[in-house]
Amino acid sequence: MGPMLRWALAFAAVLGLAAWFLTAPGRITAAELSQFEPDVEHGERIFLAAGCASCHTAPEGTQRGNGTDGPGGTGPVLAGGQRFVSDFGTFLAPNISSDETHGIGAWSDAALVTAIMEGTSPDGAHYYPVFPYAAYGLAERGDIVDLVAYMRTLPASDVPSQPHEVSFPFTLRRGIGLWKLAFRQTDWAVPGPLSEPAERGRYLAEALGHCAECHTPRNSAGGLRFSEWLAGAPVPDGPGRVPGITPALLDWSQADIAYYLETGLTPDYDSAGGHMVAVIDKLSQLPQEDRDALASYLVELPGR
Amino acid sequence: MTHTIPLRLALGLALPFAVLAGIATAESHADKAGMAAMKARQAHMSLYAYNLGQLGGMAKEQMPYDAQAAGAAASNLAALARLDQQGYWPEGTAHGEMEGSDALPEIWTSMEDFDAKSEALVQAADTLEAQAGTDLAGLQSAMGDVGKACGACHKLYRKSDD
Ligand code: HEC
Ligand code: HEC
Repeated sequence: MGPMLRWALAFAAVLGLAAWFLTAPGRITAAELSQFEPDVEHGERIFLAAGCASCHTAPEGTQRGNGTDGPGGTGPVLAGGQRFVSDFGTFLAPNISSDETHGIGAWSDAALVTAIMEGTSPDGAHYYPVFPYAAYGLAERGDIVDLVAYMRTLPASDVPSQPHEVSFPFTLRRGIGLWKLAFRQTDWAVPGPLSEPAERGRYLAEALGHCAECHTPRNSAGGLRFSEWLAGAPVPDGPGRVPGITPALLDWSQADIAYYLETGLTPDYDSAGGHMVAVIDKLSQLPQEDRDALASYLVELPGR
Repeated sequence: MTHTIPLRLALGLALPFAVLAGIATAESHADKAGMAAMKARQAHMSLYAYNLGQLGGMAKEQMPYDAQAAGAAASNLAALARLDQQGYWPEGTAHGEMEGSDALPEIWTSMEDFDAKSEALVQAADTLEAQAGTDLAGLQSAMGDVGKACGACHKLYRKSDD
């Protein structure tokens, strides 16, 4: 082996090792969470704002009990089974109910916070970014601790999680580490300066409500185009488009936006449809100040 | 008798054309009927929106609350929701089949659920009718449920657009 070749091999090995470490799944430890005192009631507010139930309840028409509110109004049953179509395959939302075998009942708080904020599974694999952990990673850890405490109060379902329908190479979860390095949102998309309510709105929209997952167009690798933030995108699983909601594309007043987020009624008294309905279903249960904050954020977005 | 063969031949030739022409007129009739149905249902939605608009202005407190006007608009809405609408949805008028249609094909594969969702609007509009003329708080709370009833149907059965 000539010195050049040896050099090249060593170099490749270092690169590979570096890549392996750089794509290592992130974790949050129990010690890092010990300072937080879980608040279940506040956790419900975070859960609603984050829209977990929009994806993790059973597909419409197949729920047991009375739909999203669970048998006897005990809160949603997060049985999973909804399908998410993408260019990379179809993902099926897993069961994240409190069931010990089929849900997350036996997971530690740290394992759950790690899944939600880092996109890492208990056995150290990366989750697919269809689970919007990139957004949730921007949240306050204390809020996610509250959310986890609330999730544990929800009913159990013994419906097993279904496998995803993706093919090679997207079956290699390690590769998602590279995706995270390249495309995961690590800071606010709208740096500001913003008014105080709009800053709260930014937290609700960018960290919890993951509005951009639907309203921002993507590049060919499925990463959000931050330069076209909330400018509208195709509906992934059917005909039509998700509208742009920047001031240049949506000329509604702040009060009109807040009213839409509460009732689904537009300023022309048409009503929301498609994927926005599930979002409004949750936002309508938040305090008015949260919808007002979201509306301030939208009217203060750049791109007038 | 001498012209039997030519006559038969003529008939034989003409018949397929006549049948084809018949189909063509039938088809354009269906097209016209479908187009009319689409326009009718869209106009019906506009009537909902107009009456909701009267109520929404008050609910948002952009217009002063007027019990009489609110009651009237809510009664209109309830009456509109009750109208028999089965003729609005002929086959062949889905998005992709008819220009200008945002009605998703799922309507025709889930008619029972679709009807249940129209019935839910009747319920919500009845509650609104009962509350709109009472006071502003009653109007405001009942509007939310009407919005939900509209959304429940639009969620599955109407195409999203910019
Ligand atoms: C856009 C739809 C969507 C939303 C919103 C969503 N999830 Fe998920 N979630 C998924 C999908 C899809 C997966 C599977 C990811 C994978 O296997 O890589 C998943 C995976 C998970 C897992 C891992 C489950 C397991 O068995 O490994 C947990 C825990 C979870 N989600 C919790 C939440 C919580 C809590 C929220 C709200 C804060 C939430 N999800 C919001 C779609 C979603
Ligand atoms: C799951 C996908 C999804 C998410 C998440 C989502 N939206 Fe939407 N949004 C839509 C779709 C689809 C529409 C079009 C609704 C229709 O068909 O009537 C829409 C419409 C809207 C509209 C009305 C725009 C118009 O021109 O009619 C506003 C405002 C809006 N969304 C705000 C938000 C905010 C704020 C968030 C985050 C809290 C959010 N959306 C999250 C899919 C989504």
